[in-house]
Amino acid sequence: MVAGFTQRRPATLPDPSATVRAVYAVLPLFTARLASAAVVVVGVTFLVFLLLHLVPGDPVEVMLGEYATAGDRAALREALGLDRPLAAQWFAFVEGLLRGDLGTSLASGRPVAALLAEGLRMTALLAVAGLAVAVALGLPLGVLAALARGRAWDAATSALAVLGMSIPNFVLGPLLMLLFAVLLGWFPIGGAGGVRALVLPALTLGTSLAAIVARMSRAAMIDVLGEPYVLAARARGLAEWRVVLVHALRNAALPIVTTLGLQLGALLGGAVITETVFGWPGLGLLVVDSIHRRDYPVVQACVLVIALTYVLVNTLTDLLCAWLDPRIGGAR
Amino acid sequence: MSGGTRGALLVVFLWSLAALAAPWLETEANRIALDQILAPPSWSAPMGRDDLGRPLLARVLVGARLSLGVTLAVVALAAAAGTLIGVLAGWYGGLVDLLVVRVIDVFLAFPGILLAIALAGILGPGIDNLVIALSVVGWVGFARLARAQTLSLRTRDHVQVAQALGTPLPRLLRLHVLPLLSGPLVVEATFALAAVIVAEAGLSFLGLGVQPPTPSWGALIRDGTRYLLIAPHVVLMPGLALLSLVVAINLLGDRLRDHLGGRPR
Repeated sequence: MVAGFTQRRPATLPDPSATVRAVYAVLPLFTARLASAAVVVVGVTFLVFLLLHLVPGDPVEVMLGEYATAGDRAALREALGLDRPLAAQWFAFVEGLLRGDLGTSLASGRPVAALLAEGLRMTALLAVAGLAVAVALGLPLGVLAALARGRAWDAATSALAVLGMSIPNFVLGPLLMLLFAVLLGWFPIGGAGGVRALVLPALTLGTSLAAIVARMSRAAMIDVLGEPYVLAARARGLAEWRVVLVHALRNAALPIVTTLGLQLGALLGGAVITETVFGWPGLGLLVVDSIHRRDYPVVQACVLVIALTYVLVNTLTDLLCAWLDPRIGGAR
Repeated sequence: MSGGTRGALLVVFLWSLAALAAPWLETEANRIALDQILAPPSWSAPMGRDDLGRPLLARVLVGARLSLGVTLAVVALAAAAGTLIGVLAGWYGGLVDLLVVRVIDVFLAFPGILLAIALAGILGPGIDNLVIALSVVGWVGFARLARAQTLSLRTRDHVQVAQALGTPLPRLLRLHVLPLLSGPLVVEATFALAAVIVAEAGLSFLGLGVQPPTPSWGALIRDGTRYLLIAPHVVLMPGLALLSLVVAINLLGDRLRDHLGGRPR
């Protein structure tokens, strides 16, 4: 029996000094990654702040419409701080953010933070469901394609992946609606009520990511299946499912996890369109509605929250990968 | 050339032809027939008719002109600006490079379509604003690629020799750096075409792009979803048109990448 390749880990805890050394090894990477994330966050707030100044003409006039009184205009101008120099305005904007004050919605008069909290919850729910769809569909397809490399199943999966990556959410959404809500009547056509209402939006959102996951896991599995340790595991007569699912998939997981983290931005962007298609009351629908209502403080806050979420998750993914695979930390 | 590649080229060619022929179809595309509202596909209207009885086939063909026109403009602008910025950052290095990398990081922190939606929404409707919003989002991919490639090309022998010979910088970059960048940039541009077609249609779908009565694929799909229950062809036809073009371009992108290298899978 070939020892070493698949030797079980000792049941005792690892040497504590080794743990301490491992932590120190990734520490510089952690601080560097957090510092660059901090710079990005500052830049993001600045860009979002600038959005309001891109409104053609006078933003106050655009937001209030032509029938507003001079007093209303002056009041809004002062509330938004538009009468102050740009740098002071940005400073006030950031200061408000730090206090958790995202401004007031012009359309409803409610604090933006309250509007956002509900939307964020719904968008997070949809995004997690979409992610689950992507993994549940993409991973098995990709692994099976890798095992059937070069055969019909592999080619079919590749074709399916191109189709899945190409179909826009606003085409897939109505198609799924037509099939599963109108013709079959299995799921509601839109809105947000219970798990059944989540199914079609999650499928719509998750499909393109599922295609990417399928491609990625196919490539990763093909790489890993060629490794000597997989050959060794097979030589030891382990069952094929064990070789694939336990030995190979474990090492193929890292690039797949990285892909998921990187694609989260596309997923959040896709959520904006998906929410509009299905009337799902998340941040995306709030952004689009607020744009049509010219309620720009809400638009700014939504864009900011989505971008910051993306930065946070990306940073966490990077750190997680460095933690899982010490080679990444050592390489820097 | 495989059958798939040939098919994809044919699809792209046919839609380009439609875009070129669009001016002659415009009258037909806007011909209202109130007695044939939402009529399903038939001999007189192979794709059926919309909510004002206008023939969808003509509208989809005219829509191709707008989609392709906007997309080409955006990709050309984004590729030119992004490549220039990326090459200069990679060439000069130091503080310039640091600044550019930070700006790229900040732009990458936004989901692309979200930033485009916010920009298009705030700039207001219209084709010009649509092109601006999508280009502002699109340059980043080209800049990142051009920067990374230039960084490694800078130390190549032929570039250093040209520099030592005192070649002026614009000439040096044009003759000795850009040609070596072109492969990955072409691959990037191909995928960008597909992405921008979808993004443009997405913005029009949200009502932030092209305004009626100009038919664009996104706007046609948006109008169609209202009649999903009674006349599904109104959303299906433009949806399939869009899908066929995007699939074809993505397939070509995959083939090009296999040949020219570039962004990893």
